[in-house]
Amino acid sequence: MLRRQTRAWLGGLALAASLASGTASAETVLRIGMTAADIPLTTGQADQGSEGLRFMGYTVYESLIQWDLSSFEEASELIPALAESWAVDPEDDQRWIFTIRQGAKFHDGSEFTAHDAIWNFEKILNPDAPQYDPKQAAQGRGRIPTVESYAALDDYTLEIRTSIPEAFLPYQLAWIVNSSPRRWEELGGDWDAFAYQPSGTGPWMLETFVPRERAELVRNPDYWDADRIAKTDRVVLLPLPEANSRVAALRSGQVDWIEAPPPDAVPSLEAAGFQIVTNVYPHNWQWHFSRIEGSPWNDERVRKAANLALDRDSLLVLLGGLMQPAKGMVPVSSPWFGEPAFDVRYDPAAAKELLAEAGYGPDNPVQVKALISASGSGQMQPVPMNEFIQQSLGEVGIEVELIVVEWNTLLSIWRAGAKDPMSQGGHSVNVSYFSQDPFTALVRHLDSTLVNPNGTNWGWYQEDEMDALFTTARTTFDPVEQNAVVAEIHERFVDEALFLFVAHDLNPRALAPKVKGFVQAQNWYQDLTPVTIEE
Amino acid sequence: MLNYILRRVAYVLPIALGVSIVCFALVHLVPGEIVDAIVPADAPPEVVEQMTRDYGFDQPLPVQYALWLFKAVQGDLGVSLVSGRPVAAEIAKAFANTFVLAVAAALLGFTLGMVLGGIAGYVQGTIWDRLVTGLAVTGVSLPHYWLGIVLVIVFSAQLNWLPAIGAGPAGSTEWRLDWAHLRHMILPAVTLAAIPLGIIARTTRAVVAEILNQEYVETLRAKGLGEGRILVHVIKNAAPTVLAVMGLQFGYLLGGSILVETVFSWPGTGFLMNTAILQRDLPLLQGTILVLALFFVTLNFAVDILQTLLDPRIRRG
Repeated sequence: MLRRQTRAWLGGLALAASLASGTASAETVLRIGMTAADIPLTTGQADQGSEGLRFMGYTVYESLIQWDLSSFEEASELIPALAESWAVDPEDDQRWIFTIRQGAKFHDGSEFTAHDAIWNFEKILNPDAPQYDPKQAAQGRGRIPTVESYAALDDYTLEIRTSIPEAFLPYQLAWIVNSSPRRWEELGGDWDAFAYQPSGTGPWMLETFVPRERAELVRNPDYWDADRIAKTDRVVLLPLPEANSRVAALRSGQVDWIEAPPPDAVPSLEAAGFQIVTNVYPHNWQWHFSRIEGSPWNDERVRKAANLALDRDSLLVLLGGLMQPAKGMVPVSSPWFGEPAFDVRYDPAAAKELLAEAGYGPDNPVQVKALISASGSGQMQPVPMNEFIQQSLGEVGIEVELIVVEWNTLLSIWRAGAKDPMSQGGHSVNVSYFSQDPFTALVRHLDSTLVNPNGTNWGWYQEDEMDALFTTARTTFDPVEQNAVVAEIHERFVDEALFLFVAHDLNPRALAPKVKGFVQAQNWYQDLTPVTIEE
Repeated sequence: MLNYILRRVAYVLPIALGVSIVCFALVHLVPGEIVDAIVPADAPPEVVEQMTRDYGFDQPLPVQYALWLFKAVQGDLGVSLVSGRPVAAEIAKAFANTFVLAVAAALLGFTLGMVLGGIAGYVQGTIWDRLVTGLAVTGVSLPHYWLGIVLVIVFSAQLNWLPAIGAGPAGSTEWRLDWAHLRHMILPAVTLAAIPLGIIARTTRAVVAEILNQEYVETLRAKGLGEGRILVHVIKNAAPTVLAVMGLQFGYLLGGSILVETVFSWPGTGFLMNTAILQRDLPLLQGTILVLALFFVTLNFAVDILQTLLDPRIRRG
């Protein structure tokens, strides 16, 4: 009898133990295969482009102002983050006041205040500050070019002064994330040590990280926004730069989510039950025209003819449906699209007429050189796409010579400008553009002051009227009115066919069937907090 | 012998210096600024200038080279531009991963290659010989990254037997000798073994066949020696050639394969170099190329010395 009781007790204990272990092993884990070759910088201002900010920047850290990533249907807008509200001083349009959110805490438990925002500006702007970090400065400094000074008026009030009236400041500040001064001090002021024990205010906390192999983030249970407390326990980030390796890892169950599956793998992944999620976002794939003397693209009729010669619907088929045909510099759903008069469409007859009007014909074709890359981040499939364009344009009488260079070389060419010998006399450059805010979408390409060496106005386009519009946008502080001015600028981009508008990427990613709750926002960044894993 | 070694050392030093110059110069030939690797593509020029100064790339090239070489001879290869971690430590960690993979691939490829090549040489002209020769030619001719992709499709994606990527299970921070890690190694090791297997098999077959046709083997047989004793003589005479080839093949394996390590995301030197190229991480790229180049110089030197020990005719020559 006693023995039987003992057995029953032991059995109960075993059951309890197995339940306990069952609970422990029920941790939900989301494993993501990134396209990056390394774990992005973990100290704050992440590197590795948008992917770095997507997975390491806005997960562990936060900015004063952030992107609303909750909507699939609507273009993303700026919303409060560590700053609850902000406004430009009505008396002085170079002075901004930010009200800092109370109760937002770093992962080390200390509270975020206006003094910490200043410490973080100094981190990237002041080479004499003890916390100045060249690596983070490289990523962040160029994003806030007009921030001149900053002061904490009290713990929760921050003043920022700009060198010129700068209505785009909220967009710029969305780039700048905040690291914990307390953690940095605890670690002896060593950013290399901080990289392994970082502390931000974001919804995820970095638990471990093995350089080049893996980073593991866990839920921040004390996150200030109860609606955005992560629903998954852990996120594992794996750098998998080779596209086919990412697909193999997903298919073999080593990861649950991959970024940018190659288009030719999409049908088989879908057939195998994986989810392919896509959405239009502020990405632009175009030819940026050279406007220096002698460029055939100086003639508006030739630019319009090229835009009318391109059969974008066939290009869509070539890419397996993974693009949106471009109607302008930003997607039609963008608040900045406006109502341009020139309809970017396929009309080869109209294209030929325009070329004839401009003095070109079968015996006298337009001859242009196009600088393109063989691969590269955001470039989609540059060689087949450009060969398709070459063929389309050739059919109406625009002969294209493609100059293929390595991706990083193309970026150097882009910075050097059309007049530089590096550009080899090319009449256009094909660098895909991030176009999430008015400056990156429009201003930086055509502002007359941003020609080499000051910026990336590659083609040396310099028009007073356009500059005046840019100035108006940058000094219109009401967001609705500002959007109207930006839309007016965009209408001009389209009506004068200032670029060869080709495509917007759809940002495909492939997810295992058990990944639920993900909403792909119309944005370069995405929110991982609503994601659940349902076995 | 000492003279011979000293003479060889005297050759090695200028080669090593030449290698260091080539490593340093090659990566500077690429257009664009070096700090492009760490600044966003549209960073304003003052940021690029500041970074160029911060990292010392504003110095004249000969000065940069002298500083780099001075530190390199002390084992300091600088820090990675992208990650900020010491290059020497990055290479050491990657090399450890490449080493275990190379040993596995060498064990597999060399053993099979020698056995199959030996058999083919012994039974020259038979169907077995043709089979082995066919296998060897296939092994040498197949692009190994293609073989890797096919193996992944079959054994990982379709059958789900073996992992497709990585050197170990989730949570693993370094390689260990257990099944969880070994199963990650099977596909890359088989892929990497294909070429050495083919080369060793062909070399062994040719050498064994040649030795068997030599007059002294006839003499040994005429003196009534058993096949076992004759085999010992054949192995002893075949060893220098096969060993030399094996040494170089092992060197190639240790050098890491950019393609295979990338296909399997195996964190070795090949993967590291690919990363450095993709990210334009100049110090990391220079360091990795230098270490690998010096490794080959040393390897050739070691094989030369080993050969002279085994075959005194080389020393006299």
